[in-house]
Amino acid sequence: MKTAKKPIRWSHYLPIYIMMLPGIAYLIINNYLPMFGIVIAFKNLDFRKGIFLSEWAGFDNFRFLFASGEAWNMVRNTLGYNILFIILGIVLGVTVAILMNEIMSKGALKAYQTLILIPNLMSFVIINYLVYSYLAPDTGLVNNSILKPLGRAGISWYTEPKYWPVILTIVNTWQSIGFTSIIYYSSIIGISTDYYEAATLDGATKWQQIKNITLPLLKPTVITLFILNVGRIFNSNFGLFYQVTRNQGMLYSTTRTIDVFVYNALMKNNDYSMSSAASVFQSVVGALTLITANTIIRKIQPEDSLF
Amino acid sequence: MVTGKKMRLWSNIILIILSVFAILPIILLIIGSFTDNATALSEGFSYFPSKWSTEAYKYIIDAWAMIGKGYLNTILVTAIGTGVSLIVTAMFGYGLTVKGLPGGKVITAMLIISMLFNGGIVAQYFVYTNFVRIKDSYLALILPNYVMNAFNVILVSNYFRNNVSAEILEASRIDGASEFSVFWKILLPLSVPILATIGIMTAIGYWNDWMNGLYYLSPRNGGPYRTIQLILNEINSQVNFLASQASQLGLTVDTSKIPSTTVRMAIAFVGILPILIAFPFFQKYFVKGISVGGVKG
Repeated sequence: MKTAKKPIRWSHYLPIYIMMLPGIAYLIINNYLPMFGIVIAFKNLDFRKGIFLSEWAGFDNFRFLFASGEAWNMVRNTLGYNILFIILGIVLGVTVAILMNEIMSKGALKAYQTLILIPNLMSFVIINYLVYSYLAPDTGLVNNSILKPLGRAGISWYTEPKYWPVILTIVNTWQSIGFTSIIYYSSIIGISTDYYEAATLDGATKWQQIKNITLPLLKPTVITLFILNVGRIFNSNFGLFYQVTRNQGMLYSTTRTIDVFVYNALMKNNDYSMSSAASVFQSVVGALTLITANTIIRKIQPEDSLF
Repeated sequence: MVTGKKMRLWSNIILIILSVFAILPIILLIIGSFTDNATALSEGFSYFPSKWSTEAYKYIIDAWAMIGKGYLNTILVTAIGTGVSLIVTAMFGYGLTVKGLPGGKVITAMLIISMLFNGGIVAQYFVYTNFVRIKDSYLALILPNYVMNAFNVILVSNYFRNNVSAEILEASRIDGASEFSVFWKILLPLSVPILATIGIMTAIGYWNDWMNGLYYLSPRNGGPYRTIQLILNEINSQVNFLASQASQLGLTVDTSKIPSTTVRMAIAFVGILPILIAFPFFQKYFVKGISVGGVKG
């Protein structure tokens, strides 16, 4: 009979389970146990009693967090920088990708790609050193070799919050432009050359080809990347905001994102209620935005959705 | 009208400028490390220092006990971490390709959900410090975050499905090969391109990581495990600490305990040198990694 269920051959599958076991164990430890750890945010954590025996605090931790006013500042910073970085990433990333596509010499292209990608290989600890060599108040290049010859007084960069939106945007662009443009470039080289040949025969200029062929065919990648980035809009690049600012408290009004707050509350102040409330707020709102973003992608471009 | 030729010329010019900007800070780091310390303190770092010096590198050679140990830790963590990560990821990814595996759907769902929800860093911190006690050990640098992630699993299992012929695997099973030897001797050798691609990305992640150390190595007992990144980070916090003490208390502080400003540049340069040297050789896989995983990663 065709419909009869074959008995499962466990001995056949056993080796497969054994091979998957380390991965499953890792998912449980690294991803699933922390999900239960969310209860910390709803507890008055007392180390002598442990997590589970500590008293429930309801939503008090969240109430304190949002009553402090710091919460709104760090949410604003997180969202503001992300919106700026997303827009710049698309505009500059697509532009550089189109320029790369114009390069005919393989050697030159490889050289450009290699050099532009180098910042992406640096850890943010190193980037902290790089930025500091320009901005250090005493030994920095900017104060000594640019402002001084102009007859201007040196600026104490690490205590003046107003400069940091610009500094962080420059550093972020410098670090990520290679990565972003390669994503778009690999999408452009997937476009059939037939389109361009036909357009050239019809006498289309380069600009017309870019406007009428490259950009429209790049649109799906742009939209996917845009929506996925919006889905992660409550997450910030901890390295950028913690290392590059040298975690200077004076700069917090324009540099502290949720991730920086969580780190300082947890590791510097041992404030478990604030740090866990901010951390849980971030992961819950983050999951909601990611799911929403994915639902939108699945509606318009099913093949690009995450799941 | 922009002709093809003109456009190409401008593309080259702009990309050359961008390439120069990309490496200018690194050149300043290198020149800074070869600047005379007193000159750096009086004139600041400059692309054209008035006095050069190799003192910083002499210091590094003298202090090699500390920096060499950091290097060794970085290499150890990167090699073991990347090796373990590739094996765990490939084995898990292979399991997902097995048709009709009982429970396969549950395992897939488990993987997908891990992409969406996380408990946040505080909850993860509690798990790794209270349940799986890894604080102040090599595991602290290897285990959190990098061993396996859903994107890499999906990449390898898609590769196994689309690029490795199922007939070859089946034929060797019929020849009596065990499931393990099919995986090790046939599947993995046929999947070198994807393993190299995700391996490079993972290795760079481990080499550059400082966040695991920041959370899971304590200032008091974490010392022996510090990688080169964490040594650099530690030097920075000392510099910050001394600077804040000096400004708050108005004291002149004893800076003799921390490396001088040019030495710090030299240590940072020594930290990135291996990646800079190796990059032209793995650039191909790195670019590949960005283009296959970039959109979703």
